[in-house]
Amino acid sequence: MNKISVIIKREYITRVRKISFIIMTILAPLAMAALILLPTLLMMNDEDKEFKRIAVIEDGSDLFKNVIPDTKDVNYIYLENTSVNDLKKNFEQAGYYGILYISPEIINTPNAIQLISKKQPPIGLLDHISGSLEKEIERQKLLTYNIQNLDDILKNIRTKVSIQTIKIDDAGLATETSTGIAMALAYIGGFLMYMLVFLFGSQVMRGVIEEKTSRVVEVIVSSVKPVQLMMGKIIGIALVGLTQFMIWVFLTMGIVAIAKTTVLKKTNMTEITQNLPQDIMAKNQLTNSAAESSQMSPELTEFTKLFENALNQDWLLIITTFIFYFITGYLLYGSIFAAIGSAVDNETETQQFMLPVTIPIIFALMVAMGTMQNPESSLSFWFSIIPLTSPIVMVARIPFGVPSWQIALSMALMVITFLGFVWMAAKVYRTGILMYGKKSSWKEIWKWLRYTG
Amino acid sequence: MPLFEAKNITKQFGNFTALDNVSISVPEKCIYGLLGPNGAGKTTLIRIINQITGPDSGELFINGKKLIPEDVHTIGYLPEERGLYKKMKVGEQALYFAQLKGLSKAEAIKRLRYWFGKLDMTNWWNKKVEELSKGMQQKVQFITTILHEPRLIIFDEPFTGFDPVNANIIKNEILFLRERGATIIFSTHNMGSVEELCDNITLINKGRTILEGSVDEIRKQWAANEYDLVFRGNVKIEGNGQYNIINQQFDNEKSIIRLKTTGNISTNDILKTVLKSGDLISFNPALPSMNEIFIRVVETRN
Repeated sequence: MNKISVIIKREYITRVRKISFIIMTILAPLAMAALILLPTLLMMNDEDKEFKRIAVIEDGSDLFKNVIPDTKDVNYIYLENTSVNDLKKNFEQAGYYGILYISPEIINTPNAIQLISKKQPPIGLLDHISGSLEKEIERQKLLTYNIQNLDDILKNIRTKVSIQTIKIDDAGLATETSTGIAMALAYIGGFLMYMLVFLFGSQVMRGVIEEKTSRVVEVIVSSVKPVQLMMGKIIGIALVGLTQFMIWVFLTMGIVAIAKTTVLKKTNMTEITQNLPQDIMAKNQLTNSAAESSQMSPELTEFTKLFENALNQDWLLIITTFIFYFITGYLLYGSIFAAIGSAVDNETETQQFMLPVTIPIIFALMVAMGTMQNPESSLSFWFSIIPLTSPIVMVARIPFGVPSWQIALSMALMVITFLGFVWMAAKVYRTGILMYGKKSSWKEIWKWLRYTG
Repeated sequence: MPLFEAKNITKQFGNFTALDNVSISVPEKCIYGLLGPNGAGKTTLIRIINQITGPDSGELFINGKKLIPEDVHTIGYLPEERGLYKKMKVGEQALYFAQLKGLSKAEAIKRLRYWFGKLDMTNWWNKKVEELSKGMQQKVQFITTILHEPRLIIFDEPFTGFDPVNANIIKNEILFLRERGATIIFSTHNMGSVEELCDNITLINKGRTILEGSVDEIRKQWAANEYDLVFRGNVKIEGNGQYNIINQQFDNEKSIIRLKTTGNISTNDILKTVLKSGDLISFNPALPSMNEIFIRVVETRN
């Protein structure tokens, strides 16, 4: 036992000390976080932060006076008795970003409206203006029907639908969830599992091949049993993988903590600015038209909601099952990889053996992607129970909620199978590592499996 | 009592018989040669002694007791195909192997200091193995083989890769180890070193023992009434009833003649006869080299 720990220590330390390990460990979560946060950050910084004043000139009427609500960055100044052509020449000197010109035909021809500016105005600004004007035109058109208490009626019929998803567990405890987050977790979990099992599994294989080709193995097996060497290597590399994974979890938690404080702060600010124009609208009795258009960035609040939903997930279950399936799945595939490594003389020879091993993994990945669409399908169920594919598929199913008996069954099968595979791999390994120059085949390996002593 | 014994070892791989009822008995403090052509089964036997593989039948004894897994701590093994982790530092690596042989870290460091000093390699400690020449790597490997002070050491072709100077250093270290009480099994194709070092040998061919015994006795046995004579100048001798001429050659102003006696004739009688033929410089019983014996035995068996 003591010797296994010496082997584990060597396998662990030589790998953890490598520069590639350190870089990978630190950069991977940063890259992951960047991938998730970048679109959001871009979205938030999308708007031109510079404060703008826009002159609103209406030709011949004052139908749209104070119709367009001010936002945080843009003030709309309604100018009476000013000619567009005069202002056109010097609106920049006068401190305006642009001129919004509304011609009298607006009610009948919706395109009788111009925004004159030196720069291309941002989409958000245009949406805001057109939205406000559309609402006002609709309201005015409705007014012409002479309906009594129009405002009240409109307020009354206004409905907003948003679906809240609530997941109830066996104990009847409800948590608000988000399908989007579950899908993302399924995707990330399944893919990460695939990557880790493959990455570290093939590290086992390369390690075995290295020992075999450099002939170190013969000296070592004169000191320890081949099985001890194999298990020492597999466990050592598993610890490297776990170290990396735990560092990732902690780094991600750190990044999330930072993101949480900054994102929530921003949300509070938007809430204030959202309320502000609504007050003005209320005064003008234009609440309805403002309700939607005043949402400065609905994506941001959506993001916050998602974020809070993400924090609502059962992280303990997700992480513990992930670690369980990583360890068992890795042990299963790692021992197969070790057996393959022992059977060949160099890495190029591994091809013929790799294919049958890769197929179930790729298949599992495909099923896991399908699981995201339909977590309850029988395909997902069976593949999350069958040990060769369960690590990836089950991890993808967990965020959607899986009955405990299924998890227990899948885990029990997994343990039995990996023990069986380790046992078989050890037999192949024992013979394989000392065989040189013999072209190995499945038939040959089958023979090794039945050798005694 | 022999230090190590293997009795009636048989090992098969599928239909191929690698060892067929082979026995060896290695006396204590002996250098025991394990000889045989390529593919004779030497490596399989050595692996069985090291408990890397188990025999199909037969028994192994060390110090009179049955060999058990813990005995790897009292055995040192330098394989023919040797290797080290190329990316690992020399010191760390030597420590690793020592710990696998059951030494504590502190003890291993102490002994490594001694050996690194003795073999003049102190400043290699922090070098990576791939930075060392092949000969240097062999030295490192030699130290890792003997560091745990094994009672039985198995050297498989220990001199390959060494220049003559270092080969001599290693040879002296092997003799020194024997001096200190180690017993050595020595597998090689280099018959010169067998004559020089080995006390006893076993010759294996095709999985069977075909010759065994002490080196001196085997050579005497094969010498069987042959003598080498050297004369100054060109001298010819005719065979008579008492002896036959096996070989005559004239080279470098000397005549070298080998003769074989037919019956019981004393060396003095031979000398009396041949002295008449010319100016005799040397007269020796012709001990065949181990090389000749090896070739002759293997060829007759084939």
